[in-house]
This record gives sequence, C-alpha cells and structure tokens, in this order.
Amino acid sequence: MNDMTTTTQNTKTSTVLDASGVTMRFGGLTAVRSVDLTVSAGEIVGLIGPNGAGKTTFFNCLTGLYIPTEGKVTYKGTVLPPKPHLVTQAGIARTFQNIRLFSNMTVLENVLVGRHTRTKEGLWSALLRGPGFKKAEAASHQRAMELLEFIGLQHKADHLARNLPYGEQRKLEIARALASEPGLLLLDEPTAGMNPQETRVTEELIFAIRDQGIAVLVIEHDMRFIFNLCDRVACLVQGEKLVEGTPETVQGDERVVAAYLGTPFEGAPGGEEVAEVEAAEAQSTTSTTSTEGETQ
Amino acid sequence: MTTDTTKTAEATLAGETSRTTVLRWLTALGGLATIASTFLSWTYTDEFPGDLTVYGYPGGLQVLTLVAGLLVTLYALASLDIKGLRWLAPTGTTKALRLLTLGALGTTWFTVIAIAVELGGVVNLEPGGFVAAMASAIPVATAFMLADDTRKARRAKELPSWAEILIIVAAFGVGLFAVTYGIDTEYAELFTGYMITAGFAAAALFKAGVMARLSALTTKYRPISVAAAFVAAAAFPFTQTTDQFTLIAVNILIFATVALGLNIVVGLAGLLDLGYVAFLGVGAYTAALVSGTTASAFDVEFPFWAAVLTGAAVSLIFGVVIGAPTLRLRGDYLAIVTLGFGEIFRITVGNLDGVSGPQVTNGPNGIPNIPDLVFFGYDFGESHSIGGFELGSYANYYLLMLLAMILVILVFSRAGSSRIGRAWVAIREDETAATAMGINGFRVKLIAFALGATLAGLAGTVQAHVQSTVVPEMYVFAGPVPPNSAFLLAAVILGGMGTISGPLVGATMLYMIPAKLQFLQDYQLLGFGLALILLMRFRPEGLIANRRAQLEFHETDQLDVPEEGLPSSGVGVAKAGA
Repeated sequence: MNDMTTTTQNTKTSTVLDASGVTMRFGGLTAVRSVDLTVSAGEIVGLIGPNGAGKTTFFNCLTGLYIPTEGKVTYKGTVLPPKPHLVTQAGIARTFQNIRLFSNMTVLENVLVGRHTRTKEGLWSALLRGPGFKKAEAASHQRAMELLEFIGLQHKADHLARNLPYGEQRKLEIARALASEPGLLLLDEPTAGMNPQETRVTEELIFAIRDQGIAVLVIEHDMRFIFNLCDRVACLVQGEKLVEGTPETVQGDERVVAAYLGTPFEGAPGGEEVAEVEAAEAQSTTSTTSTEGETQ
Repeated sequence: MTTDTTKTAEATLAGETSRTTVLRWLTALGGLATIASTFLSWTYTDEFPGDLTVYGYPGGLQVLTLVAGLLVTLYALASLDIKGLRWLAPTGTTKALRLLTLGALGTTWFTVIAIAVELGGVVNLEPGGFVAAMASAIPVATAFMLADDTRKARRAKELPSWAEILIIVAAFGVGLFAVTYGIDTEYAELFTGYMITAGFAAAALFKAGVMARLSALTTKYRPISVAAAFVAAAAFPFTQTTDQFTLIAVNILIFATVALGLNIVVGLAGLLDLGYVAFLGVGAYTAALVSGTTASAFDVEFPFWAAVLTGAAVSLIFGVVIGAPTLRLRGDYLAIVTLGFGEIFRITVGNLDGVSGPQVTNGPNGIPNIPDLVFFGYDFGESHSIGGFELGSYANYYLLMLLAMILVILVFSRAGSSRIGRAWVAIREDETAATAMGINGFRVKLIAFALGATLAGLAGTVQAHVQSTVVPEMYVFAGPVPPNSAFLLAAVILGGMGTISGPLVGATMLYMIPAKLQFLQDYQLLGFGLALILLMRFRPEGLIANRRAQLEFHETDQLDVPEEGLPSSGVGVAKAGA
C-alpha cells in the first residue's frame, strides 16, 4: 500500500473542489468557521478531527444538504447549486456516516438508483417502453453489474440490501455513489466499525477508485488508515481548520495531538482553540469525557 | 352416529399401523362422512334459504359443506401418500388439513346454528343436521392430533409446457368460478358460509405450498397468465343472466381501479394520501358536467373519449395544484393536509349550488340523469346479444371498466419497474439518501401524486356514467359504501402495498362484504377496524405480499435466498435444498 501512496506526486494541479471561507451557523452555534479546502484531481484528501469538530457538517455544506451561511464552494470552477440532487448531478457523490442504503431494495436496485442522474428516461418512456427505454435500462443494468463486480458483490445482486453484512453494506454504499459517475467522492467514515482486515480491503478499494481518476475526500477516525491512504490531511477542531499538510506534517503536529488528547500546549499558535476545547470540556458533563475516550 | 363407531372400530383393528396413519385415515373418513351428510335433509321446512330439506341433493350451504368435506378428504388422502395426490401438498399436509377441517367445521356449524337461530330453536334440525355437525367435528380433532409434517418443497416435476399452461388455465378457471360464486350468492347466510369456506381453503392452499407452485408457474408463463387472468375477468358478465350481480362487479372494478391508483402513491412512493377519493370525484363531476345531462351547468355534450381525457386532465391539474404545496411536507403532515383537501373538495362541491356559491354542481342534490354512453351506435344502456349471450347494461360498463383497469395495471407495472419507479421506492425508503443520489425528491413525488390523481379521474369518468348520478356524499373520507378514502387505503393495506393483485383482492373483499351482509351495516366500520388491527398484528405485509415486504416484516424466519435469478439455478437450488 505504501508504494502506491508514494507514486502519487503532487504534480496534478487541476482543482476539483475548492471550498473557501465556508461557515455554517445554526442559530448562535457556529459549527464550521471559515474553512478553506481544495481537492485536486487524482488526490485523496483526509479530514480528521475530534468528535463534534464539524466534519460531517462541512460535508453537508459541500453536498448541498446544508446551505453554508458564508463562503462558497466550487466544483471544477462552477459554484455548486444549493440542492443535493443538483450537486450529485454536477459530479459530487457521497456516502453517509451511518449507512443510509435503501434497505428494502435489492443490491442491484440500490446501484441503479445511483444511476438516476446519468439516465434520462422519464415517466412517458417508462409507460411507452420504446426501444430507447430498453437500451437505456440495459446499459444501466450493465454498468451497475460492473460496479458490483468492482466491489465484489455481483453474486449478491438479488439480495435485499438490509440483509448484507455490515462491511458489504459500506461497500455497497460506495458502489451506489460511484454509479452517479462522480468526479469527486466524499466518504464519511467508510471504515467505522470495521475490523483491521476489512479496513485494509476498503483502503485498497479507495486506491482503486482514485486510480480511475476520481478525487476522494475522506472523513475518518482511524489514524493509521488515514495516514496510509491520504496525500493530504486536514484537521478540523471546533469548526476551524487547525492544520493541513502531508500525513507526516499532520501526524507530527503537536496541536493535533493536543486537540485529540485534550492537553494544552503552551505558547503554540492555535492555543486559543485548545483552550476553548478545554473550557467546553470543563463545562460539559460525562458525555464529553466518554466521547473523548472513544476518540483516543 | 353409527358410521362413526364403525370407523373407530376399523381404526382400532388396524393395530399394526402407526398412530399417524390411523389419524389420517380417520380424518379422511370424517371428510367422507361430512360429504355424505350433505346429502341428508338438515331441516324440516324450506323457510331457511337454500332449501336444505331435500334428501340426496345438496342445496345452498350444503354445497359449501360438501366442497369443504371434499377438500378435507382429498388432503387427508394426500397425507397418506396416495399416488397421484401428492402434488396437492408440496410443503406438508398437516397445517393445510387443520385449516381445511376448521373450514368444514366452521361452514357446517355456522349453517346448523343459523338454522336453529333463524327458525327458532334446535328443534328445527333434522337428524341430518346433527350428523353433519358431528361428522365435521371428527376431522378437526384428528387433524389437531397429527404431528406437524411441514417440509421444504421438493423441486417440481418437469411437465411439458402444454400441461403447465393447462394448469394455469385451469387455475384461473377455478378462480373465476370461485369469485363468480361469491358474487352470485343470493342471501347473507350463503355469503357468510362462502367466506368461511373460501377463506380457510385459500389459507390451506397457501400452507400446503400449492399457491407457491402456482405462482412459480405464472411467473414462468407470464404473458399467458396475464392473458388468462383478463380472459377470466372478461368472461364474468357472460356467466350472468341478470344485471343484479354485474352491478356489484362493476362497482368492485371501479373500487379496485382507484385502489390501484392509490397504490402508486402510497405503495410505491410512500406518500400517505387520505383524500384520494376527491380525485375520483373530480373525474366523475367533470364527466357529468360535459355529459350533456340537462342538470349540467354547461350545455355541452362531449363524446366519451373526450370526456375521459377531460376528466383525467382536470384531475391531473387538481393533483398538481394540491400536490405542489403539500408535497414539501413529510409523513404525518402530508396525511393531515391531504385529508383536509379531500374534505374541501366535498364541501366545495356541496356549496356550488347557486346559493352559497355559483351554480355549477347543484350542491347536495348532485348531477342526475347522466346519459348512457354510446360508442358508434352501441348504446351502453341497452342489452345486446353477443354470441348467444345476453349482455345487459352493466355488463357493457363492466367490460369498459375492465379496459380502464387494464390500463391502470399497465401503468402501475411499467412505471413501477423503471427509473422513475425505483426513484419512488428510494424516496419511500430514505428521502435524504435518495436526494443525495441525485433524485429530485419534490419532482418525483409530484409525478407520483399527479399520476395517481389522473388514474383516479379516469376511473371517475366511467363511474359517473355507471351511477348516472353524482352527488358530493359519494366522495367522503369514511362512509358505509366504498369507495371512500378510508376504504381505499384499507383496500391497499389489507391487500398488500406495492403489489398489483393486493389492492384487487382487498377491494373485492371490502366491497363484497358490506354489499352482501346488509345486516352488518351498523357494525361494519367496527368490524373493519378489528380486522385491520388483527391483520397488522399477524400479517403486516397484507394478504398478498411482495417479496420485499415479506422480508421486511418477517426478517427472522426468512432466508434471503432468491429462488430465481441465480445464474445456475438448478445447482443452486439443489444445494440450498440439501
């Protein structure tokens, strides 16, 4: 795996995603505060941060589920429309932190739903069943089966999604997202709840996706996974971007360690945030300590 | 009684045979005794409907007992592994036998008790009645002593395709006969007996695995099965001599068609619409207004095809106008708003009478005297003789309505298995995930809502001509006469959401029960409430479930191994079975 990471050079310059100054406020609470992030073509970018740092909120801002209070997100140079389905159509696909498959549809149908934006057949063509409809359906089926082969689920095409084991559900969600032929794939904790073996398989899957020319942005808590996988890692703390750089830089950054472990680092830039984190922790009760325990 | 003792003697004589065999033989003999008892006289007078006084000729309810007894005997013999009868029970006989014996007991005892109650005392029973009661009780006792022999169905024997097609045709023939018999029942007692017999028999056939075999066959020969179903449905008016029962059948078809339309909205897209009957009303009122009746505010007379298109188009417009603002709501809120709109339609139509509002609909009096349809000189209001069969007025409308239903079924199945249909199901499953997959939720929901409205409007145009009168009170939320919104939803849920045959079965039952059992009028809604609660407890997927719903509600006892669709089905099934 490591050799694959090293082969990717930072020579690719075309920017796929450019988020600048994204701020999201819910009433008085600022969940994300002026975050800048760019993702270039063929790049795997990681997004880390303690629980409640605003990673998923940031994701939702990118995919149109939330409309950012301030800032702007462009995809390949065009400003993203504020509707999730239009964002998907533009070329950004996502998975969810808690799996959101269509559990009572079959595996194949799930992937076919992902094809929705890339096909045009409306109600009339469905009712009249002309040759164009059959061709499009056949093409969609073929593409969906290819994707199922890609993730290794082709033999379970007729099973209900709900009856798949956990790891396969995660994979299916990725296949469903890939079906919309995205230029950028957003993965929200793709290895949550997986054992080390499954995590390695997912890692290889993400590399394979990258090799197809799809840029990937990953949220993850598994540090080994993220530092193996990503070309660049950004760390969000308390809604703000603390640091961004190569895995080595982020790994070695004491502020990141401080943010995760909760110990103040005197005199460091960003100490304010750490102090804020501390203050918040001091205020809150056992719930915070338990989440902190998880992140460690 | 004497026959019973000899049977017991026979049974004890067969000491070497195991207990099971004895019990099975006893069951078979009990069934035979039940059959024999129907040839006796059960009562002294012919005051009880159906004339049960004749020896040697079963009449009325006795016929039902005869059929139930016959089925008990057949299945008991099948359980004894008699050659040629094994196909009756691919997945085991005991459960089917228990249900069948209960059916025979229920029908017989219902008859006997009805005689005693209606004629005033047990004294009205002839010995034949007592014999029947005892004879039908024996198999119940023996069947419930039998051990459960539920097994996995073996692979069906390969039959030549002509034989399989013949089986399909025969099955639809039997189905047509059974339904026709139910619709033709002339008195409430006979219908109740029919419901008991048919209900238990259908459940038994399901338990025995015959229905599964049959549905496997119909999937294999899909076009032939569909054609056979429609031929069977179209054959119904030719079996009738009067219009009395054809009218019931027309109303069932209207009810079922509208329920199918609602199934797109509720079953596929998951939008709970509690005011659906309003769209039927829009179609019916539109058709009435352009029908040329003197009571109409507009002095126009559209040909029927134009009236149908107008009715459907006006319904479509109403669907979009009502749907556009309300479909932004989710779940319960949508249900409340649609309920409100349904009532608004009824009240508005009631007020457009020239006093409270402009004179359009005659208010509560409705629009009467809607003329009969005339197609190229073929007057729907008159009887016609086709191929020696007399087709009455309602028979004409029945065939027209059947065409409308075929259209709706076609729309349902084609839309359901396409890109748009998958989008509907995805929206129903998880709206957030669906929009994240690029589905424009609002647009797709609006299409479902408008399509449902259009189909209901289409059915409404025919309904206006069948009833020849439209009044606002036909389109209420809940009332004693279907179709109304509550009954439509009940038909969809009772039958099975997201299926085609589900709403058909649900609508048939929900229409026939109140139409046949007039004495139930006051308790009808209570009865349906109870029935729905029981159904939700024991079979939440509806009477006819699609595979998806079946797996959804019974996750523990289902293996998710698709029976078809595996690449090497032969090997795969053999392995799964082993």
